[in-house]
Amino acid sequence: MTAVAGDLTSRNPRKITRMEQIFFWSLAAGLLTASIAMVTLRNPVTNAVCLVVALVMQAALFVTLGATFLAAVQVIVYAGAVMVLFLFVIMLLDVKAEARRPIPWPKVGTVAVGVVAVVLGIPKLVAAFPAAREPLRWSGQANSFGAKELGALLFTTYAPLFLTTGVLLLVATIGVVVLCRRDSGS
Amino acid sequence: MILGEITLGHYLALSGLLFLVGLAGVLLRRSLLIVMMSLELLLNAANLALVAAGRFKGIPDPQVAVFFVITVAAAEVAVGLAILVAIFRLKKTTSAEDFATLKF
Repeated sequence: MTAVAGDLTSRNPRKITRMEQIFFWSLAAGLLTASIAMVTLRNPVTNAVCLVVALVMQAALFVTLGATFLAAVQVIVYAGAVMVLFLFVIMLLDVKAEARRPIPWPKVGTVAVGVVAVVLGIPKLVAAFPAAREPLRWSGQANSFGAKELGALLFTTYAPLFLTTGVLLLVATIGVVVLCRRDSGS
Repeated sequence: MILGEITLGHYLALSGLLFLVGLAGVLLRRSLLIVMMSLELLLNAANLALVAAGRFKGIPDPQVAVFFVITVAAAEVAVGLAILVAIFRLKKTTSAEDFATLKF
């Protein structure tokens, strides 16, 4: 895989850079559009679908960063398991209640001012960080990590954390069962 | 300069914008379900910055951190949604405005 990418780079670096730009800008635009739609639209099912779109776009961005295994995990865990959970809960709740309430315009205005202020500050913030100006080549460089490298780290350096995560998931599962149990005994 | 080669700064700026959108969602939306979805957006913005930084440094460790973040986020969503369902059974609403018992 890396060898093929290396070949492509040595053949035509300008074409690779152009492709890199097209991927980044289209994915960034899609990701931001989907997330803004998720925050602003009022039907919860639409929100959930927008979130799925945003998460898949982010998985594609992970691929452009060479994190292929994480992209797969992102799609399976987030876009798969977590979103099914959200949709099930939407099914259980009264989802139309939110849409019937008026929009709190003063609060929206306050947050909008804050958001605009920070957005204007982002270029300065990034420019203050010299490393941020160096290009990230997503091909032709041997620093893309897949399941092999991550697995090696997970089972050696981060083995205690990995085992703790197992305990965390068990506790979460038991907690969810306890929280959702109806008191049938008493 | 902005439209030139894709730099680490591009990914960090995108991550910052994504975080802002999520933060606006957490602050503005009153449905607890949408607030939780916005929280997912916040975690994803942090994940993007981590993966980009790891790519820049050429080390796989940030990806391991993202792996753990995804796992913990899945557990968090499960517990959070269970609490949401329990609250809905009790009060028949999921709007944050209706849970003001502890508010002065």
